[in-house]
This record gives sequence, C-alpha cells and structure tokens, in this order.
Amino acid sequence: MIKIKNLSKKFGHLTAVEDVSFEVKPGEVLGFLGPNGAGKSTTMKMITGFLSPTTGSVEVCGFDVSEKPIEAKKRIGYLPEGAPSYGEMTPIQYLEFIGQIRQLSGQNKIDRNKEVIQKLHLDKVLNQSIDTLSKGFKRRVGLAQAILHDPEVLILDEPTDGLDPNQKFEVRELINSIAPDKVIIISTHILSEVDAICSRAIIIADGKVLADDTPEGLRSKSSSDKMDDIFREITSGHIS
Amino acid sequence: MRNITTIFKRELGSYFATPVAYVFIVIFLIMSGAMTFYLGSLYERGQADLSPFFQYHPWLYLFLVPAIAMRLWAEERKSGSIELLMTLPISVGESVIGKYLAAWVFIGISLVLTFPIWITINYLGNPDNGVILAAYLGSFLMAGGFLAIGSCISAMTKNQVIAFIITVVICFLFLLAGSPLVLNFFKVWMPQNIVDAISSLSFLTHYASLAKGVIDLRDVIYFVSLIGFWLYANTIIVEMKKAD
Ligand SMILES: Nc1ncnc2c1ncn2[C@@H]1O[C@H](COP(=O)(O)OP(=O)(O)OP(=O)(O)O)[C@@H](O)[C@H]1O
Ligand SMILES: [Mg+2]
Repeated sequence: MIKIKNLSKKFGHLTAVEDVSFEVKPGEVLGFLGPNGAGKSTTMKMITGFLSPTTGSVEVCGFDVSEKPIEAKKRIGYLPEGAPSYGEMTPIQYLEFIGQIRQLSGQNKIDRNKEVIQKLHLDKVLNQSIDTLSKGFKRRVGLAQAILHDPEVLILDEPTDGLDPNQKFEVRELINSIAPDKVIIISTHILSEVDAICSRAIIIADGKVLADDTPEGLRSKSSSDKMDDIFREITSGHIS
Repeated sequence: MRNITTIFKRELGSYFATPVAYVFIVIFLIMSGAMTFYLGSLYERGQADLSPFFQYHPWLYLFLVPAIAMRLWAEERKSGSIELLMTLPISVGESVIGKYLAAWVFIGISLVLTFPIWITINYLGNPDNGVILAAYLGSFLMAGGFLAIGSCISAMTKNQVIAFIITVVICFLFLLAGSPLVLNFFKVWMPQNIVDAISSLSFLTHYASLAKGVIDLRDVIYFVSLIGFWLYANTIIVEMKKAD
C-alpha cells in the first residue's frame, strides 16, 4: 500500500512535482505516464526515499518514508532510471551483494537467486562484468536486483527501455505474474504497455496529475481508441 | 554492523576487480622505497632502524591517499549507483563507514606489503621491532586521518579531479599547521591561543613521536577524533548532496 499526500518537489525555482496525491493498493499496477520532464522519475525518487519532498508525505506499507526510511526501503524493490549498478561487478556478485543487504540467507537465498536469474535470462552473462553487458542486459540485471527479495512494493522507472521485443514481452509477463498481491508502479513511454499490464494509469505533465483512471476510463474520455491519441489530447490540454 | 561488513566487502572487492589496486600498490611500494633509500639514505646512515622509512610517510600519503579517496563518493554520484545505494535499507552512516574502512584496509594492505624493507633492516642489524610495529600503527592511523578528509571531500563533488586537488590542499594545510610557514602567517593577526590551537592540529607534530614508535595516547586521540569528525561531516554531506 502506498499513500502519497500533497507531494511537491522544487529544485530552486523549478517545480518538478506539484501537489501530487494518490494511493495504490495491492494488486494494482499503476502506469505512470507523461512527457519528458513531467516529474515521473522525481516522484519515484521521493517514493523510494532517495529525494526528500519539499512538502507532502509518502507512506509505504504503513511507514512514512521520511520518518522510517529503513523500514519503508525494506519493502520496496526499485529500478532507478537508467538502471545504475556497480559496473566492475559481475551479475552474480551483484546479486550476492544485494541479497546480503536484503538479508536473504540459506535456501531462500539460493532459490531467489535461481528464480530471478531464470526469469530474466541472465544465466549466460553471470560471470561477465556489468560494464561490458549490452544495454538491455544491464536493464535486466537492474530488474533482477529489484525483485530479488520479492518485495511488497515495486517501483520500476522505464523497466522495458532498451529491451528487445521478446524481452519486453517477457518482462510484461513477469510483472503480470507477480502483480496479484503487490503494489507496482511503472513509468513508461510505451503506451501499448498500459493495456498490456496496467490496471490504472496516471498521466502527469509539468509536475501535475492530469488524469488518474483505468485504461478503459481514459478511453471513454476521448474520441479516439488509441492510447497515443488519448495521451496527446490529455497532455496538450484538449481534454481533462 | 552487518550492513557495514557487506558494504566493506563489496568495496574492497571492487578495488581488486579493476587495475586501481595493483597500480596503487606498485606506486606505493616504489615511492616508499625510493624515499627511504634515496632521500632517507637508509644504508648510509649506518643505523638499524626504519626512521628514514617512516619519516617520509606524511609526504607519501599527501598524494597517494587522496588518489584513493577521490573516487569513494564522487564516482558513486557520477555513475548514479548512489541512487541504488541510498534506496537500499541501510543508513547513510553505515555506507560511509563501510566504504571508509574498505579504503583504509586497502591502504593498510599496501603498508603491510612494504615488509621487505623491514626484513632488510633485520638482516642488516638488530632493530627494535617493537618500535617498528608501533611506528607502522602510527603511520596507518595517520593514513586514516588523510583518508577521512578525502572521503568527505569526495562527497562534495562528482568530479574526481576536483576532489583530488581539494583534498591534497586541505591535507597539506593539516600537515603543515605546526610549521613556521603557517604559524607565522597566523601570528600576525590572530591571538596566541588560536595560533596554539592551529599548531596543535598539525599532522606532523602528532606524527613525529608516533613515527619514532612512541604511542602517546594524546596523538592517538587526536587522529581518532579527526577521523570521527570528518566522517560525521561526510555523512551529512552525502545526505545533502546525494541527489544533486
Ligand atoms: N537534481 C535536479 N536538479 C534540478 N532539476 C532537476 C533535478 N532532477 C530533475 N530535475 C528537473 O525536474 C523535472 C522533472 O524531471 P524528471 O526526471 O522527474 O522527469 P521525467 O518525467 O522522469 O522525464 P523522462 O520521461 O524524460 O524520464 C525536469 O524539468 C528536470 O530537469
Ligand atoms: Mg524519468
């Protein structure tokens, strides 16, 4: 469960996120849409405790992210924008490190490692340094890291960016398969993904929420049936 | 504690996963050898002790420790991995300490690898090995002081070159705080007790007896509190600048 109340973030004079409020319940997959610079990543950074909000609050599984950061972070799996990691490590070393921080141990750790390696098809690159992996594989390593501890809350910033069509499909399948009892927020520029995985979509532009609805609900507001057209209409201010 | 160990192991491993470790160790050994034998004239002195070796450590560290420290946080911020680190369920303090200890132990490893000099002097004469051990510990402690300054400065910038230069300058001031060069400058316009305070911050003064193998509790407390102060500042700066 994520509760976001009146969240704002200012960088100097620039307001990146302005008075955003929403809640996400277990079982929901929320698609976070918006033009470049809309404030999607900034909002995700505040949810995961990387940035502190200028005003407002974020609560993850009952823990306020500013007051109880460690408790909140334990329950979150996060893929930051661009999937940063430690390039000199190999994926297997990296997962080992994340597993230790996430306090996985014994058989559970072995099983979780096996599962994410298999789900993200990392077996062929396990012993190659992350620096030398292709962009798509780097992204997959980042995803593996995010789901390793089977978190209650998943925040994924453009998880399918740079993946080949097969991998895109598989990552969507992966998200669908873990979705039923989890809170998931994903940002994406691929609008077909909204229909494929999201139960709900928030469209934001210039830091403000413009629409918050199910994919069907968004359709009913527009004359067009195509998500791309709906997105354009909403973000250019033709409908609200 | 558990998290500190995890960060520590990852960091220390990463030194040896890249050429950084090997380049550093080789340069460290060459420089310390050169200083001991050429500048310190270890053979010509005709005395069985290692003071020519330890005497130059402050100058050796002045450039080599900032070279290790500069990447600690600057690289993490530049590559964006800090976002990953800071969203894992560990505190900033744990990361700061884990990373610091890894770098310190790494310098310790380089220091231990200077043992051939110790073997040489034992071969040539009968030095007081207790004194040598104490001097090694003193030198290691001083390296920790340099490193804490460097780690803190590294958190202020994404640019490793800037981190290196600023750290060298600050370490240089700390080194020479007790010398006439610095003190005369302050004497002109500062009251005597402040000048004394500045003088008491000098690395060289505190290291002087350590290098002779005399472990004075005051010197130890000085370096330990210096490390504590800079690491505390380091934590605050990481917290402030992590997302810039
Ligand atoms: N550290 C920062 N300092 C100053 N401005 C920032 C900082 N981080 C983000 N911004 C600004 O905040 C705004 C929102 O950025 P954000 O990264 O959240 O956009 P986004 O919706 O994720 O865009 P994209 O689709 O391109 O990823 C942008 O105008 C950006 O320039
Ligand atoms: Mg973004």
